[in-house]
Amino acid sequence: MDKFRMMAQILQSNQESFMNGICGIMALASAQLYTSFEFNCPCIPEYNYSYGISMLVIPPIWFFLLGFVLNNNVSMLAEEWKRPIGQRSKDPAVMRYMCVSISQRSLIAPAVWISVTLMDGKSFLCAYSMDLDMSEFGRNGSGHGLSQEELLRTLAKIPCKHIYDGQHIMSREAATRYIRCISQAFGWLFLLIITIVAFLIRAIRPCFTQAVFLKTKYWSHYVDTERRMFDETCTEHAKSFAKVCIKQYFEDISGEIQSCHDHDDSDDEDDKTDSEEDKLLGIRRQDTMNKVLWDWHTCKPALSLRKYGDATIAKNSESSTNANNAQGGHDCDNNEHNVSQHGFKNGYVNAGLDVGQSELEKQCDNGQNGGLNGHGNVNGSQKGFLNGGLPSPYSGQKKAWAVYYSKV
Amino acid sequence: MDRLKLVLQYFQSNSESISNGICIILSLISVKLYTSFDFNCPCLPQYNKMYAMGVMFVPPIILLLLGVLVNRHTGVLMEEWVRPLGKRAKNPAVVKFLLSSMMQRALLAPMVWILMTLLDGKCFICAFSMNVDPKYFTGIPNSTGLELVKIMAKVPCKEDVIFRNSSFRKAVSRYVRCYSQAIGWSILLFLIFLGAVARVIKPCFNHATFLQTRYWSNYLDMEQKLFDETCVLHARDFARKSVLQFFENMRENVTVRMPLSSAPRYSTVQNEFGEEEEERLHGITRQDQVDHLLQTWYECKPELDVTKMAYKPKACITWEDHSGRPLFSDV
Repeated sequence: MDKFRMMAQILQSNQESFMNGICGIMALASAQLYTSFEFNCPCIPEYNYSYGISMLVIPPIWFFLLGFVLNNNVSMLAEEWKRPIGQRSKDPAVMRYMCVSISQRSLIAPAVWISVTLMDGKSFLCAYSMDLDMSEFGRNGSGHGLSQEELLRTLAKIPCKHIYDGQHIMSREAATRYIRCISQAFGWLFLLIITIVAFLIRAIRPCFTQAVFLKTKYWSHYVDTERRMFDETCTEHAKSFAKVCIKQYFEDISGEIQSCHDHDDSDDEDDKTDSEEDKLLGIRRQDTMNKVLWDWHTCKPALSLRKYGDATIAKNSESSTNANNAQGGHDCDNNEHNVSQHGFKNGYVNAGLDVGQSELEKQCDNGQNGGLNGHGNVNGSQKGFLNGGLPSPYSGQKKAWAVYYSKV
Repeated sequence: MDRLKLVLQYFQSNSESISNGICIILSLISVKLYTSFDFNCPCLPQYNKMYAMGVMFVPPIILLLLGVLVNRHTGVLMEEWVRPLGKRAKNPAVVKFLLSSMMQRALLAPMVWILMTLLDGKCFICAFSMNVDPKYFTGIPNSTGLELVKIMAKVPCKEDVIFRNSSFRKAVSRYVRCYSQAIGWSILLFLIFLGAVARVIKPCFNHATFLQTRYWSNYLDMEQKLFDETCVLHARDFARKSVLQFFENMRENVTVRMPLSSAPRYSTVQNEFGEEEEERLHGITRQDQVDHLLQTWYECKPELDVTKMAYKPKACITWEDHSGRPLFSDV
């Protein structure tokens, strides 16, 4: 059990800590970028304000978008949002949760940039040096004898230490100090506001939607895990497909010669061949695999697992009634029925199985599971009822399965 | 890898040590933030005090909120406080214990900031230089023609023109800084004294109740962590099975060509997963079952009674000799 605990901890903490790590790295990158960036106020009345404010606002937007780009979960969210309903209904709460958690992480680097910029004060100084009130800082009151334009031009040079020529009108240090003080006050205020907002969201949230929160957290984690599992399964399948395909090719080329020499090492080879073929999970052709990948997006399976050992039966047994279909699932593929009837003949056989398998009926009856959240009893009774019409070869197992479902 | 596991296990087993670690990290962040912050007193009579008090008190509030946010116990506390009764009665003492331990940890970083500002003295000089009576100091720059208040307000600013080569500014700064440091050290001493007294006399009051509440608060923490872990593992197994099931639904038709063996051969892939994975799924195999489970976990927490699982009846045999004396017994 300890092994599983460790695994679970590493799994969960790996995902989260990976995302947190990226988040932290971006925050540090943001601070470092600010310190290494050479702020260069133009000191010209027309451009000061635009330069100052754009230095405050545009890099955060850039960091925010970068956060989205670097986050793996964005594509997962987009996929979940855009997919057709298939056999699994969509839960907007889960998508909202994913969106919120992605946004939260992406907002940290921009917040760091804004707060560092405000604490440093240079951009405020650049933007607002012309708005200073002369009466507070002017040495000679209004006796400077400059026109409005010239005054503005002089004030605009305040951020630039080396070209400021208005020392007799206004002390540059005093003005700088004043504006920096206001900038820092804004900075602390900004930090306080976002901390309060974060506090309200995280600490007060359990008062409100805790049960729903547990659900959405579980399902969003599930969607992520499922996607990764699917990718892993596809990779393994591709590997096995390739191995078997190559073996088949060699065998075809060498023809009868190969079959004579098979006896000695047939055991090992058989085992390996068996396991490779089993890994194929019954998908042996290009168009079938294409169908697998197509349907994975357009018709996601329902969130309902069959009991172990019933894989072969389940396909036959779950013949849906019209009522079930109407309740929420969609009939994903109307042509499925016809395709399966033809049967694909190939050399790899599972002996003893499935005369019954040729009567495959692919129907989306499990849609009801996706559609009815929390209405478990309805499903249970209907499933128990549905087993009545099975063909006989598996009657023993059918009975056990019927019993299991009627207990639910 | 083993050492890492050991370290991880040690930290995970003791949730208090994690909280302590986070608390210390936050204090170090507070120190770093103070040293890297460029204190910029405006040196204007109407703004000095506001700025200085702002710098002394606003960051501690931010650090306090952060300390509450990153503490794991906050979530446990809030959940325990607002949950419906279900099958488990609520114990207000546990909630109070969690709250007090969380607040103690969260208050460390703000106190570090406040003490640092006091011991450094810049905030005090900025705020209270105007309240100093310049009579006690020689060398006040009278020639500038500014009011006294304005002159005193400029004391914190070293680079200002009127204080070139002036010992007056340094004297006033030293004086105010001395006050600031005295207050800082007194507060520190007081806090340490308070902590020591609290620690020493705590066992005199309700020690048994304290042991109980501490146990149950640890239990709540562990329970929530284990629930989250079980959910994670369950999601993983659910996902794996769901994907396999999806592949198998797409399985092509095969027809019997020739009888290779008499026994039907099932897919071994399923056999690999079979028992173990079934067990890990704990019978929860549908979306509505999972939803119901999560809803019930919140709304109707199970009672604190694991007797049924812990004490499964087993046969105990006692061997006796002919006179009835027990020779060997399982009891």
